[in-house]
Amino acid sequence: MGSRASTLLRDEEIEEIKKETGFSNPQSLDFQKIPELAINPLGDRIINAFFPVGEDQVNFRGFMQTLAHFRPIEDNEKSKNAAVSEPLNSRTNKLLFAFRLYDLDRDDKISRDELLQVLRMMVGVNISDDQLGSIADRTIQEADTNGDNSISFTEFIKVLEKVDVEQKMSIRFLH
Amino acid sequence: MEVSTARRTGLVLIVFACSSLLHGSRGENSPKPTGSVTLLPPIVPDDGPQAFPDAEKANMPVFTMDYPRIQIPFEITMWILLASFAKIGFHVYNKITVWVPESCLLITIGLIVGAIMHSVHEEPPAVLNSNVFFLYLLPPIVLDSAYFMPTRPLFENIGTVLWFAVVGTLWNSIGIGMSLFAICQIEAFGVQDINLQENLLFAAIISAVDPVAVLSVFEDVSVNEQLYIVVFGECLFNDAVTVVLYNMFNFVAEMPVVEPVDVFLGVARFFVVGLGGMGFGILFGFTAAFTTRFTSRVREIEPLFIFMYSYLAYLVAELFSISSIMAIVTCALTMKYYVEENVSQRSCTTIRHVVKMLGSISETLIFFFLGVVTITTEHEWNWGYILFTLLFAFVWRGLGVLVLTQIINPFRTIPFNMKDQFGLAYGGLRGAISFALAFTLPENIGRKQLFITATIAVILFTVFLQGISIRPLIEFINVRRTNRNLDTINVEVHCRLMEHTMAGIEDLCGQWSHFYWKDKFMKFNNRILRKILIRDNRAESSIVALYKKLELQSAMEILDTVSGDISAAPSVVCLSEDKKGSAKPRKKFLAPDLKSMHEILSKNMYKIRQRTVAYTTKHALPNESQSREILIRRHASIRRSIRPGSFQSSTPSKSHKYFSLPAGKNLDSKFPPVRQSDTDDQETMSEAAYPSRHSRSVQPVRSSSSSRAMMPLRRLDTLTEVHSVDMVDESSGQDRGRPGRGTSRTNSASGDPQIPVRHRHGDNESGSADRSAEEEQRPSLAPPSWAVEPRDEAARNPLLRRPQWNSKV
Repeated sequence: MGSRASTLLRDEEIEEIKKETGFSNPQSLDFQKIPELAINPLGDRIINAFFPVGEDQVNFRGFMQTLAHFRPIEDNEKSKNAAVSEPLNSRTNKLLFAFRLYDLDRDDKISRDELLQVLRMMVGVNISDDQLGSIADRTIQEADTNGDNSISFTEFIKVLEKVDVEQKMSIRFLH
Repeated sequence: MEVSTARRTGLVLIVFACSSLLHGSRGENSPKPTGSVTLLPPIVPDDGPQAFPDAEKANMPVFTMDYPRIQIPFEITMWILLASFAKIGFHVYNKITVWVPESCLLITIGLIVGAIMHSVHEEPPAVLNSNVFFLYLLPPIVLDSAYFMPTRPLFENIGTVLWFAVVGTLWNSIGIGMSLFAICQIEAFGVQDINLQENLLFAAIISAVDPVAVLSVFEDVSVNEQLYIVVFGECLFNDAVTVVLYNMFNFVAEMPVVEPVDVFLGVARFFVVGLGGMGFGILFGFTAAFTTRFTSRVREIEPLFIFMYSYLAYLVAELFSISSIMAIVTCALTMKYYVEENVSQRSCTTIRHVVKMLGSISETLIFFFLGVVTITTEHEWNWGYILFTLLFAFVWRGLGVLVLTQIINPFRTIPFNMKDQFGLAYGGLRGAISFALAFTLPENIGRKQLFITATIAVILFTVFLQGISIRPLIEFINVRRTNRNLDTINVEVHCRLMEHTMAGIEDLCGQWSHFYWKDKFMKFNNRILRKILIRDNRAESSIVALYKKLELQSAMEILDTVSGDISAAPSVVCLSEDKKGSAKPRKKFLAPDLKSMHEILSKNMYKIRQRTVAYTTKHALPNESQSREILIRRHASIRRSIRPGSFQSSTPSKSHKYFSLPAGKNLDSKFPPVRQSDTDDQETMSEAAYPSRHSRSVQPVRSSSSSRAMMPLRRLDTLTEVHSVDMVDESSGQDRGRPGRGTSRTNSASGDPQIPVRHRHGDNESGSADRSAEEEQRPSLAPPSWAVEPRDEAARNPLLRRPQWNSKV
């Protein structure tokens, strides 16, 4: 991370970040230093997800915004922020995060290739391409409702409607 | 031929010497019932007492046998072999070990052997007494568990662990003791002569949860990490409490009156025992680490130090009657980190293997002997007492876990839910430690036999019943609570994706969230400890070190696979296959297809980074193959991208598999610049100067990165490779830029371990691969390199001139 570039946070910034992300006490990482990410099959993509499109560095604020996706959903939050735009850790936004892990070119569709790539990353070397291909086909088939051979975000949401995403994609942070 | 005659005479002399020794020794040994067969000795004139004075004439003994001399080592070896054969036997029938944990099987075999021995009125091997157990059989197991314990989760949960270990054991002992005493008052059972102290003593013995038994059962049940650490840590650390309680009650049992002073002294003793154990452990751990600092010339004996120091810690603790298990555990924990940095790779492997082996042997032997001794000791059975013991052991453990969890849950970041609590309670198996403790009960306790019998009953009950049933129960609970709905493939894949993501984010946060003490310790560690204890303190990042290790082991494989792939002739076939794939009409997926898909996915998808899985397999070293695969792939992708494009292309569709990031236009800008702290790192590497230039060139390049996002990235193919070289030449005008590809290839061949570089090349490759897939008209030749429009940069800074590599920075 551009450690040189990130400056100390000023108080106003801290306030803003508090409001936006909901963290109560923000403070200031090099991704490459984390060995566990190197052996996580999706490590690169996870790192990638922190960087906004077109940037090669992320400052602390952006980092916190991304992490904010993973806060557990609390009930009082929902009502409080009804007027404001949806909080970063809402279910939709969590799903959007996951969606973006597939969809790197940000065209709002998971194409078969993108799916294949992710599948290949997650699966060992023992699967033949054919098998993987048919798995990918089946995945698309299950999800695709408008017949464009790719999965759009709405379709993605629909497919995962029964899954407890809120619980799966939450970390309890310390503060 | 003098040599041969010399040798022959030497041989004869040796034979003589041996036979004379044999004769001598035979005279001294009392004949054992296990059959010391000896041939009648021909007379050797000048020797020891003649057992058979009227023996035959003096002929040279051609064949003699002397069993008593080798009896003890021989029997030990035979027992170990027998137990190991049993182990092999179990795994031949795979089905059994799925349902029945190995410990049960071993006990069963022991029971059978014991029965056989009993029926021929044979004595159990004299080698099994509590001394042998505590001094020889127990330390390897504890060392094994401690050495492979994951330290970070342990320290994160240390509060809970200690809470359960200390308070839990106390609760159990006192609870069981009191209730048993209450039972004793009932006349019907005929055990009224057992007073309170003795009851408490007995309770202290059987409330100790045993690491040996627990581990061997939990290895098949994949519980979550938190639960595993707590149970495991509890077993190891409750030894301190057990020792204190045992000694205290032992002491007190002999006294007619108990005074409050004694209780107070007991508490004080607890602290001495616990802290003393830890202190000794740390002391020996540091000494061992310090010693290994100087062993670079004597690599062969490096593993020896580990074992000797840990054993020494154990023995010294036993000397002072403080908790030896804690001593050896802390010693191993302390030592491991520093030692593994100091010793050579081979020594490291040796240590791990030997630790595992010793632990395995000990465990096998313990369970085996448990079975044997069960049959051969005298028992005193008392239905009431024993049954109630069982009941109370169970009940109090459950209650204890319940109450304690309620109290400590608010303090935990991840509270225990009911399922965890059940696992915790049900997994409290008693084992051999209780058994050995029962045997060391002093003789003046009237009902010693009853206690022994009761202990054995509890152990057998817990190991068999709970051990066998824990797995189905946990699975049942698991299954019942989670998905009731049938998973679609989608759900499975996406859920796994989410889980991997969460694991990654957790790791990220784990690195990021600083616990105050951990931070302090790390600072202290880096500043002081490492300097003293580690040989040459190279500040390597852990990821580079990890990569280096794996690289060393798999260099050849990589070369083979990559070269095989690369040299495949380019074919348009693959491309068309791709095209065909996307245009394929919708296949009909039948149900068996679906099922096989589910199966394939569940079997082959990488498991989430679960440290527990790796460490609960007692009989295997931690399994690094998954991480190795992932890292190999990335490495392959780097190599591929580095090879000059003149090599035939790897087909785009194939290259898809390997690249972790296909990218859009702005792939180079995705990655953070190389970490600053690693510049020295890079410079020590063998590559040419360009990687270091990477880091230094971070600043200026960054500004251009955003603009680059919009830049069309030209794809070089084979023909333009020359072109790129030219560009490099003309802009930098010196050799620095030029051999770009060539040197980088050799560089990477010589082990370029850097993740940032790897990422970039990975991007490079995959980005181009992506492109090529889209633009199918283009010949699918050498893809993997971009050339960013170089012109504008060239002007700015010749240093930055390297098209692909620099631009990533």
